[in-house]
Amino acid sequence: MSTLTTEGTVGLGIRRISASKKPDTTTKQYPELAILVDISSCIGCKACEAACQQWHDLTPPIMTPEEVVQRRIAGYQSHPDLRHDLFMLMKFNEGESEGRFVWFITKYQCMHCAEPGCLIACPSPGAVIQYQNGIVDFDHSKCIGCKMCLVGCPFDVPRFDANNKPWKCNFCIDRVTAGLEPACVKTCPTQCLTFGFKEDMVEKGKKIVQSLKERGYKNATLYDPPGVGGTGYIYVLPHGDKVKEYNLPENPRVDASIGLWKGPLKVLGSIAIWGALLGAFLQLILWGPIKVLGGKEEDKEG
Amino acid sequence: MTNNWIDISNSDLVFVMGGNPAENHPCGFKWAIKAREKRGAKIICVDPRFNRTAAVADIFVQIRPGTDIAFLGGLINYVLQNEKYQKEYVRLHTTAPFIVREDFGFKDGLFTGYDPKSREYDTTTWDYEFGPDGYPKMDPEMKHPRCVLNILKKHYSRYTPEVVAKICGCTKEEFLRVAEEVAKCGSPTKNMTILYALGWTHHSYGTQLIRTACILQLLLGNIGVAGGGINALRGHANVQGMTDLAGQNKNLPTYIKPPKPEEQTLAQHLRNRTPRKLHPTSMNYWANYPKFFISFLKCMWGDAATPENDFAYDYLYKPEGGYNSWDKFIDDMYKGKIEGMVTAALNFLNNTPNAKKTVRALKNLKWMVVLDPFMIETAQFWKAEGMDPSEVKTEILVLPTATFLEKEGSMTNSARWIKWKYKATDPPGEAKDEFWIFGRFFMKIKELYEKEGGAFPDPILNLVWPYKNPYYPTAEEILTEINGYYTRDVDGHRKGERVRLFTDLRDDGSTACGGWLYSGVFPPEGNLAKRTDLSDPLGLGTYPNYAWNWPANRRVLYNRASCDEKGRPWDPSRPLLRWDPEKGRWVGDTPDTAATAPPEKGIGAFIMLPEGRGRLFAARSYATFKDGPLPEHYEPYESPVTNILHPNVPHNPVAKVYKADIDLLGTPDKFPYVATTYRLTEHYHFWTKHIYGTSHLAPVMFVEIPEELAKEKGIRNGDMVRVVTARASIEAVALVTKRIRPLKVAGKTVYTIGIPIHWGFEGLVKGAIANFITPNVWDPNSRTPEFKGFLANIEKVRA
Repeated sequence: MSTLTTEGTVGLGIRRISASKKPDTTTKQYPELAILVDISSCIGCKACEAACQQWHDLTPPIMTPEEVVQRRIAGYQSHPDLRHDLFMLMKFNEGESEGRFVWFITKYQCMHCAEPGCLIACPSPGAVIQYQNGIVDFDHSKCIGCKMCLVGCPFDVPRFDANNKPWKCNFCIDRVTAGLEPACVKTCPTQCLTFGFKEDMVEKGKKIVQSLKERGYKNATLYDPPGVGGTGYIYVLPHGDKVKEYNLPENPRVDASIGLWKGPLKVLGSIAIWGALLGAFLQLILWGPIKVLGGKEEDKEG
Repeated sequence: MTNNWIDISNSDLVFVMGGNPAENHPCGFKWAIKAREKRGAKIICVDPRFNRTAAVADIFVQIRPGTDIAFLGGLINYVLQNEKYQKEYVRLHTTAPFIVREDFGFKDGLFTGYDPKSREYDTTTWDYEFGPDGYPKMDPEMKHPRCVLNILKKHYSRYTPEVVAKICGCTKEEFLRVAEEVAKCGSPTKNMTILYALGWTHHSYGTQLIRTACILQLLLGNIGVAGGGINALRGHANVQGMTDLAGQNKNLPTYIKPPKPEEQTLAQHLRNRTPRKLHPTSMNYWANYPKFFISFLKCMWGDAATPENDFAYDYLYKPEGGYNSWDKFIDDMYKGKIEGMVTAALNFLNNTPNAKKTVRALKNLKWMVVLDPFMIETAQFWKAEGMDPSEVKTEILVLPTATFLEKEGSMTNSARWIKWKYKATDPPGEAKDEFWIFGRFFMKIKELYEKEGGAFPDPILNLVWPYKNPYYPTAEEILTEINGYYTRDVDGHRKGERVRLFTDLRDDGSTACGGWLYSGVFPPEGNLAKRTDLSDPLGLGTYPNYAWNWPANRRVLYNRASCDEKGRPWDPSRPLLRWDPEKGRWVGDTPDTAATAPPEKGIGAFIMLPEGRGRLFAARSYATFKDGPLPEHYEPYESPVTNILHPNVPHNPVAKVYKADIDLLGTPDKFPYVATTYRLTEHYHFWTKHIYGTSHLAPVMFVEIPEELAKEKGIRNGDMVRVVTARASIEAVALVTKRIRPLKVAGKTVYTIGIPIHWGFEGLVKGAIANFITPNVWDPNSRTPEFKGFLANIEKVRA
């Protein structure tokens, strides 16, 4: 499988957009794309992280020794968490599996769910877009800064800038549209990242899982969580029984209540969402941005 | 590398020790991953830390820093005792059947001939027993008690799994698990590759350590075969080129030997340096030494080098004790014996052990010129901790230089590929490439000699400087000289015509060649380093028309050893080379033997060695080492435990240990923990801390501390700690980890502290210079410092 997209995937068709009717997709269908992350051959070198920043012109601040001492975040991670100017992060975690020490190293970013919690939760028409090829992206001109996308995300992903606009991995949509692979895939030195049609990536992932099983990793698995309809990033996990150690949720799903307002309870939903918005607004006024933004527990370091 | 990067993917077992390729060679490491995909290979990682390579390895064994010879010696013992070695290969391609002198011996940690006063060996007994025909005696049956195989058996019989476990701190079971996997590769159809790097060289016995690995690979029949070999993963993109072309000053370019004081005439030098055959059918390729040496002299001094004046042999300096290496250089500088220094492509301060001494040595210079793309610590040494700038009188000139992307030229990778690269962009500001700088440098020096004369101006005035613009030589002009050319019209060749290969070189002065091993890279048809052809006729990733591989575009050294006596590949599924009786020649990779000599002629597979065979025993008749003909486990100079094999000789008895007032060594009572230094994948040496994109990936200097030790010391993750050695102390953030376990060594708990080296007091991110605390102890052969395995203490500074 070539890492480059093949003919037919170049170009974008919209599958759905937030808070809107399903667009007409009869004109052209684009196949779903995916990136396969083979953890069994990932060495955690962060080349993907560096490439991501270069491509997206991101310049997160450099951590200082004082900050590290103060926050007790010594470790192999470049930053303790994703930021609005850091779309992906290599996470390191020391643990165990089958009585053996394991250094769990995971590439962490937006997963591009087939059932995107962010899109389902977003109340603003057109602010979240899912393309036919599976890429989930934001349109900041339509975003109202309510942060519902984060509430809806089972992977705890988008981060917000000073204007409350969400940022995350956009699958290098510009590169992909031009027929190139995403920057992280392009740069991966061990080729543990592969880019292609979802169907092919699943097949390749299954093969690697099979060979891992033959090599004694009996819990090896392909992580493509059905609770969100599968994802655009799929992972070969050598220790599939320890999903959480990889900093991935075990059974991610979009909370039913989040999507409810768009269905039969649309009216109620609208009231609820505007109420929530008002609440969020009041909260912002009264207590400033909290919890969702920076109140999460710091991740343990590896 | 005997083999090459791509060839790693032909392997059945990737044995990583003394290196951390996933961390330090991430792009090359993909071939280890490919080996797993392609051949179901296993990856074994043996290291003092569970590192990034260990994270994807099938088997990881943690050992105490500096105990690698014990571990490998144990593997040799396992392979010999259990008869797992590739018998036919060993009989045919190694010196195992050679018989060693009766008076050779080894007792209590010392080989015969040791003189405790001079701390040197008299190597007379380290030799073969010679027959009346003048060749070493052999026992093809390998039954003779003094044949090399049996000498090996005896020497390593002490390295039992129990002893290995006791020295290394691993368990016997862990060792045996590795041994079983390794021993499987003694089969002709199973090959193991060994990947190593500075983790093996940075010891006071580093050369011997690598020899241990060579012996193991020879016994398993893994040298010269696809997917085998002993593969040094070089650090800098062009460090192989630096070594080849004598950037280190220990040799002349491409391993030609510098003259010794006792070799006052060319004839004396050639007689001493041209080895004689030690086996009747060996090719003994170094017999051509005079051709290479005289061509080198012609390259240097052209028409001034004539048969009458010994080809200007007198122009080469012949210092007592050999050419300088940096250990001596620092010591001399510290003692005020050196006036000035030009340093290029090196951060001298950050790279040298006991850097506290280096700083004080630099202070004694009257002047120093630093060539570097960045403002490095060396150029600002007066800012170092403990220095009073008002006391520093050194005049420092900094010349900003181009980085590798900002100049044209070739780079030689670990696999000996000479690959051309084009200039991507101009260097910024006033930065210039080294061609420009050294061109002007030389022309000015020459001008001064012309004007003022001097004690001996001839070598400068007569130096061949044939460049179109003498102030700015081009890379291809220099490659022409390295490749070699005819100096006069001879046998149909025109003066100035480039030679096709080193086989064209002569000893009559009609050829000039700057580096014989590189000869062939730039034949008359063009610069082969520029080739980008991706055809792979053997399907083994040899890519014969991609770049150019020294020597003679040979992708795997000693490839003749991949075949049996009749010239048939040991493993028909990986036929690197084979004798084609119909064509009457060897086919496959460029053969490492005479191309048309049939196997019946019995030309040894190791053509560079006078035995024609892989040397298991370093007999002095050709060349031996300063510290023994066989590798032996010695403790690092600072060790927490005694040497259980020979407590009275715990360390390498001939290691180079400096004893200036500042060269202090610590003892375990004051410095109970073992420390080791290493690199991280996020950084390249001390360079990338000057660049945002890499700096922020690993911004803060840390030291890695085992959880158990941290608990004992009340250190929490993220605390600021101080690591103290007998020499100095450094501060860094504590990274408390499960990846370094406490080890039980000789009944004692030994903790290892890990210290990455990438920081300094200049750059976007700053941190301590790790080498302030490393010891000034050196391998006697390679003159490499002992950065891996020294004693330290640790204390919390603040939370």
